[in-house]
Amino acid sequence: MTNVTQNRPLSPHLSIYKQIPTMVMSIMHRITGMALYSGTLLVAWWLVAAASGEAYFDWVNAILGSLPGRLVLLGYTWALVHHLLGGIRHFVWDTGHGFDPQTSTRMAWATIIGSIILTVLIWIAGYAVRF
Amino acid sequence: MNNMRTPLSKVRGLGSAKEGTDHFWRQRVTAVANVPLFLFFILFIVAYSGESYAVVAGALSNPLVAVLMGLMVISGVIHMRLGMQVIIEDYIHAEGMKVSLLILNTFFSIVIGAVSLFAVLKLGFGG
Repeated sequence: MTNVTQNRPLSPHLSIYKQIPTMVMSIMHRITGMALYSGTLLVAWWLVAAASGEAYFDWVNAILGSLPGRLVLLGYTWALVHHLLGGIRHFVWDTGHGFDPQTSTRMAWATIIGSIILTVLIWIAGYAVRF
Repeated sequence: MNNMRTPLSKVRGLGSAKEGTDHFWRQRVTAVANVPLFLFFILFIVAYSGESYAVVAGALSNPLVAVLMGLMVISGVIHMRLGMQVIIEDYIHAEGMKVSLLILNTFFSIVIGAVSLFAVLKLGFGG
C-alpha cells in the first residue's frame, strides 16, 4: 500500500503557480501568524520583567531598546498589524462577500499597503510620545 | 443516494470528526476579541515605550489595564494554539511527529498563558 501511494503522480504545488496578490497575502497571513506565535515569548518576557522588579525590567528594556531589539519589535509590530488586517479580510469573506477577483485582489493590496502605513504611523506615534 | 446518517447525528450536526464547526468558530470568536484587545496592547506599548519601571509598573497595576492585558493573553493564546494546530495538521504527515507537535503546541500555549497571566495578576495586585 505504501508503494502504491508513493508512486502516484503529484498535482502541481505552490512553486508552479503565478504569484498573485491574494495567494501571497494568504501565505503571509500564515507566516505572520507563526511569527506572532514566537513573538508571544517576547510579550511574556516583557510582562514577567515588569513583574520582577526594577533591575530586571531595566535590563530587558535595554535589550529591547537596542538597535537589534528595535528591529525585532518593528517586525513584530508589522506582523501583528498585517495579521490583524488579514483577519478583517477574513471577516468580510465570512459574511459571504468579497470573493470576486477584483474585490479580493483590492483587499489583498489594501492589506499589505495598509499594514506598512499603519506600522510606520504606530512607530512615529511611539517616538513622538517619547520626545 | 440514501442518507446513511441517523436523525440524531443530523440534529447534533457534529460530522465525522465529532467537533462540528467548533474549531472554526473558536478561531473567529477569539479573532473578533483580539481586534480591540491587541489594538489596546499596541497603544499601551506606544504610550509607555521607554518609560521608567515605576511608570510602567504603575500603569500595569491599574485594574482596567490589568483586566484588558489578562483578556488579551487568554484570547491570544487560544487563537494562536488553534492557528498553529492547523499549520501542524497541514504540513506534518508522520503520525508520531504530528501528535507530538500538537501536544507541544498545547503545552507551549498554556505555559505562555500561565506565565503571562501570573505576571499580569502580580502587577495588578501591586507588584
